[in-house]
Amino acid sequence: MSAFEAAAEHGRELPDRRYTPERAASGLVSKRVIVGYGFWIFLLSDIVMFSAFFAAYAVLVDATAGGPSGRELFNLRNVAIETACLLLSSFTCGLASIGARTHRGSWFYGAMAATCILGVAFLFIEVREFASMVTQGAGPTRSAFLSAFFTLVGCHGLHVTAGLLWLLTMMAQVFAKGYRADILRRVLCFGLFWHTLDIIWVAIFTVVYLMGAGR
Amino acid sequence: MSDSGQQREPYYADTAPGYEHFDDHEPAEAVGSYLVGLGLATLLTVVSFFISGTTLVWGPSIPVALIVLAIAQMGVHLVFFLNITTGPDNVNNIMALAFGVLIVLLLLAGSLWIMANLNHNMMPMDQIMRMQR
Repeated sequence: MSAFEAAAEHGRELPDRRYTPERAASGLVSKRVIVGYGFWIFLLSDIVMFSAFFAAYAVLVDATAGGPSGRELFNLRNVAIETACLLLSSFTCGLASIGARTHRGSWFYGAMAATCILGVAFLFIEVREFASMVTQGAGPTRSAFLSAFFTLVGCHGLHVTAGLLWLLTMMAQVFAKGYRADILRRVLCFGLFWHTLDIIWVAIFTVVYLMGAGR
Repeated sequence: MSDSGQQREPYYADTAPGYEHFDDHEPAEAVGSYLVGLGLATLLTVVSFFISGTTLVWGPSIPVALIVLAIAQMGVHLVFFLNITTGPDNVNNIMALAFGVLIVLLLLAGSLWIMANLNHNMMPMDQIMRMQR
């Protein structure tokens, strides 16, 4: 017997469950919260995918097949510059989201442009590092360790590339359509995506580069 | 009915379609939060890079220290950049995060554990070669 029926039997006053606009309004969460939640679920699934790559890397890190190890390949100065680029871009991305919410064009476009430049700098350094490794004969086909390395770090690089395309799209959409609610929600999702990439980079520079160079 | 239908519209327009006023903190406060996050993350990153190359601490403790610093920095990013807090409208986000962390830990620890076991129990390579002959 449900609580509802029990209440009816004892002649108590039934709870009013009729639909009213007031009730609907108080029960609904704003669409921004719902969209953010849904996108957060996607980001967590992306993190789970990355953790599989991390597990593969950690298992294969010693399988160098006589080839070069991380200690010989990694240049920590480059990694430090990459880290600084990504961390600063995360900060400017936060500024851009504030600029979007407060409808301040100069903040939004300036901070988005700074984020874009820092992201491009990060990608440039990473591609240069990959190219120099391949020319040294340490490409992804050299050993299981290098396959896992290129998969993990390359997958992050692809995410950053996609993020940069998304960034430019958001700048164009705000420019063309203004600070509409749906556009602002997309800006929110972009911000979450970009910050998550930085979180994954924290794991990469720790596990791959710092622990690899000290090995 | 038509009357209540007309009444319903403004409520929906206010909440469900996601029309937002700027209901967060003041912009200055929000920038301050990002600045604190940037400062903490920079500090943790610098310490990570410093500790990885130093001989000041006992060698085997370095990987552990690096992992602890990385987890701390992820926490800083979550709180100050992604704004995952313990507020009431964030309960679902926290639950999803907890589930994600559980899956990540199972995946990492499980893979490393099983593969270490297999490595340990595997016949040495030269014996395998001899058996295949």
